[in-house]
Amino acid sequence: MTLLTIKDLSVQIGGTPVLQGIDLDMAAGQITAITGESGSGKSMTALATMGLLPQGAVAQGQILLDGTDILQTPEPALCRMRGNAMGMVFQEPMTALNPVQTIGAQVAETILIHEQVTKAEAHARAAAMLERVGLKVAPTRYPHELSGGQRQRVVIAMAIAMRPKLLIADEPTTALDVTTQARILDLLQGLVDEFGMGLLLITHDLAVVADVADRIAVMQHGRIVEEGATPDLLRAMRHPYTRALFAASARAVDLPPVPTDAPLLAVRNVVRDYPTKRLSLFGPRPTFRALNNVSLTINRGERVGLVGESGCGKSTLTRAILGLEPVQGGTITVDDAPVSQGDHALRRKMQVVFQDPYGSFNPRHRVDRLITEPFHLLDNPPKGEDRAKAIAKALKDVGLPPDAAGKYIHEFSGGQRQRLAIARALIVEPDLIIFDEAVSALDVSVRAQVLDLIADLCRKRPLAYLFISHDLSVVRSITDRVLVMQAGKIVESGVTETVFANPQHPYTQSLIAAAPQLPELAYAADAL
Amino acid sequence: MIRFALGRLASLTASLIVASIVIFAVVEVIPGDPAAFMLGVNARPDTIAALRAEMGLDEPLVSRYAAWVGGMVQGNFGVSWTYKTPVATLIADRIWVSLPLAIYALTLSTLVAFPAGIYAASRRGGAGDTAIMGATQLGVAIPNFWFAMILVLIFAINLRWFSAGGFPGWADPWAALKALTLPAIALALPQAAILARVMRSSLLDMLGEDFIRTARAKGLTRRQALWRHALRNALIPVLTIIGLQFSFLLAGAIIIEQVFFLPGLGRLIFQAISARDLIVVESVVMLLVFTVIMVNFIVDLTYAAVDPRLRARA
Amino acid sequence: MSRNLIIGAGLTAFFTGLAALSFLWTPYNIEVLDIPNRLLTPGGAHVLGTDHFGRDILSMVMMGARTSIAVALVAVGIGMGLGVPLGLWAAARRGSLLDDLIMRGNDLVFAFPSLVIAILITAVFGPSAINAIIAIGIFNIPVFARLTRGAALPLWERDFILAARVSGKGAARISVEHILPNIANLMIVQGTIQFSLGILAEAALSYIGLGAQPPTASWGRMLADAQTLVSIAPHVALIPGFAILLTVLGLNLLGDGLRDWLDPRLRVVRT
Repeated sequence: MTLLTIKDLSVQIGGTPVLQGIDLDMAAGQITAITGESGSGKSMTALATMGLLPQGAVAQGQILLDGTDILQTPEPALCRMRGNAMGMVFQEPMTALNPVQTIGAQVAETILIHEQVTKAEAHARAAAMLERVGLKVAPTRYPHELSGGQRQRVVIAMAIAMRPKLLIADEPTTALDVTTQARILDLLQGLVDEFGMGLLLITHDLAVVADVADRIAVMQHGRIVEEGATPDLLRAMRHPYTRALFAASARAVDLPPVPTDAPLLAVRNVVRDYPTKRLSLFGPRPTFRALNNVSLTINRGERVGLVGESGCGKSTLTRAILGLEPVQGGTITVDDAPVSQGDHALRRKMQVVFQDPYGSFNPRHRVDRLITEPFHLLDNPPKGEDRAKAIAKALKDVGLPPDAAGKYIHEFSGGQRQRLAIARALIVEPDLIIFDEAVSALDVSVRAQVLDLIADLCRKRPLAYLFISHDLSVVRSITDRVLVMQAGKIVESGVTETVFANPQHPYTQSLIAAAPQLPELAYAADAL
Repeated sequence: MIRFALGRLASLTASLIVASIVIFAVVEVIPGDPAAFMLGVNARPDTIAALRAEMGLDEPLVSRYAAWVGGMVQGNFGVSWTYKTPVATLIADRIWVSLPLAIYALTLSTLVAFPAGIYAASRRGGAGDTAIMGATQLGVAIPNFWFAMILVLIFAINLRWFSAGGFPGWADPWAALKALTLPAIALALPQAAILARVMRSSLLDMLGEDFIRTARAKGLTRRQALWRHALRNALIPVLTIIGLQFSFLLAGAIIIEQVFFLPGLGRLIFQAISARDLIVVESVVMLLVFTVIMVNFIVDLTYAAVDPRLRARA
Repeated sequence: MSRNLIIGAGLTAFFTGLAALSFLWTPYNIEVLDIPNRLLTPGGAHVLGTDHFGRDILSMVMMGARTSIAVALVAVGIGMGLGVPLGLWAAARRGSLLDDLIMRGNDLVFAFPSLVIAILITAVFGPSAINAIIAIGIFNIPVFARLTRGAALPLWERDFILAARVSGKGAARISVEHILPNIANLMIVQGTIQFSLGILAEAALSYIGLGAQPPTASWGRMLADAQTLVSIAPHVALIPGFAILLTVLGLNLLGDGLRDWLDPRLRVVRT
């Protein structure tokens, strides 16, 4: 039975079309996924369906929920429908809740808005709903006392408190760890089965889409390029963009063999304690152990992956290796010399590429100044002609034109910025680069290009790196050896393929089990 | 919550101690011999000696400071050299003009600013918003003592609705309030303009937050989302400004008292300055600083009442 | 360029121009009293009329502009010159005892409004324009220190700062190379706002006699003198008030306009 029909929906914001001719049907009791890269119009479709388009947006066409056209419904009637006939879950659970209200009150509010019930009854129903979504904390708690996964459960409880026919979830698990993601997806699937509602799932993650959706719509540049039942769509993949998207997600790169067995970086029994908030006015400050006896080595030219969920100590380890933070125990050496803040000769052997392509560069400096910043580590940094040559070479190495040197960072896209970040790391010809979630913020097609670039660089000269990521499939494709980290400890390590094929530690097993799998695709090989 | 309050109390005490040391140092140490300074160049040596004895200037600095602070804690602020009356009595007579004036102005400013700011935020970009923002731009720029003079010109001299100055005392509360009304309006207007702007921009910030979108997705109207979710969060920066404003109101009250010839702390302190009565100056300044620190302490506690995240933090 | 920016810049330029012109030329010499021509209404030989000593009000306003702008400018300079480095330092050593000390010091200064500082200084040193500068300047230090620290702290968490540290740069160098350019806009805008508050504070201090002393002309002083004449010769009281109002309005509009022009997301503090 058709629950939602979108007919020829077009949306313009300030004259710019953001959605063009969207047609979509979805049935009750099913999960329909909309997927695509950033800017493809996925979220805008969701907001249009909720009648929550941003101010200044002009919509044409029809959005029929159970026969009612959302676009023709006046605002007061829409308010009666939102939360009642249709609910919505957003991406960022950390900011989606009102920080000064208890979670119980926020769930109860959905009920109080739509039904004439007593406060006590609303709160009782809210508590029951919080239990249904698997939240094991009291409704009198405040959002800041909850983890991201718990908060997302609260947001879900709020959205389904009135048992709406349609639930829209916009990237509901993108901000969460894989194991939490798996549980939230389970919960959503269970709710669809139990309540018989339709779930419109917006996500960029093709593995999630392939795993849970009954139907898939692929969007590009504000249009749906392909739509169909999941098994049919995965088999046929009529549109080249669909094929390219799936191929990029499954991207496997060719790494050259590791040249030698000469050790480069050695981390031995490193301990890092952070002071935490005081429990009493006097007495010693309690500490939190972020790194607990961590040991690892990286050989020259070796590509090592590090996986683990947020808060496991990955970032702390990065900073410790780079000598940016003191450690309370153990040693970190490069070529047998201990890492320290002042030793420039040693530090030029290590560089880093960060996750956020927008925060990695000072917006007030030009590219030439940005990528030559590591020259500060050299005793005799190149000047004049030599400097210009070095800049041009670094830009060429990462596939950017030489005239990029005179531009400011805001003139570049996310993928180009990560290329520049790699150029900045390469300019002092380090032996080791740390990639700290370096491709996590990129769209799949751009990510595939950056991974190709990294593999290319490895072929040109022996380059060792530590590739830190929460994304198991990426780590699997771009590393020789992998380390698994949990709660400040390295719980498993070994050759990448062996660990993924036959994980030993229960935590590794749970990580691999929780990660959604892309289906084997016939087209993956020849699409790009 | 109790830990939070205790923590703030500790830092309040520390602030008071440092503030008292600063004041003591400026008034009693920098001039060299405060007694000679107070009496001027033509004073006779025996008068200076008498004053030195009365002020206890022959004692070492530390015990003089301890005596001063110890006295204040017990409500003894010393004896004014010019009035020959205990400073505590002088202050007690005048604080009943200055403090009510500041509170009156704060009330007026809040009563005007909150609705204006909320209205402007809810009609962002509309004619009402533009008009209110234009008015606040003027309000921020008007010197309050000049505004007071204009109020006198219009409402006292031309319309004769209020008297141009003076204070009848609290025996007739109605008359007293009436005498404080023009001064309070003059004090409140610039503060109300600032507060309305902060209220508006703070609300607009909050209306852009994710949790407002969540609330809208629940079925709340724009207005409901503003009142139930944005407002309480927006209050946090607004409270900070109110706390800071109180010190400006107190200081402003001292100036406005000059325009309206009100017998408040302002009059006392200017007479004390021209008579070089350092004992009065130092006590009144300490009292002003004490009030400001106390008000900020209360604002901190109110914060914690509004924001559960602060309650958790010690 | 917004309307705010144009009107604000225009008003600011006009009064700064008046102040600058007063060094070269004023219509009359304000040190010469001309009692027979006292309290003339605007028009005629005296464009803005004369005061109770027969001094030309336009000339007084020009000289007063000079005092107001000089006092406020130097005071903001003191506040910025000391506050910004302190804020940068505190942010670079965030969480340390030094950071704590600087911030506690700030809180303490906030408990002494400019007027209170002026009262203290005047009681000991007597009133003067310098007194006003110091009183307003001291109060400006924590304003800039806090704002700088607040704006610098999130920057220190940004990856580009980490990248600079990986390049071996120290806290001082990073503060100057990376933090300062990214908070400069905010400082310019806040500086404009503090400048306008400085003009208001200077007027208030000289009105109650704690600022510039006669024969130096100041707008606050002119208002104090005009107070008793407000019913006989309202223009004597209105003109200096409008001069203050328009200067402050101009600076505020300039600040808002600059903010919108440079970066609409800047958070400016007004108290």
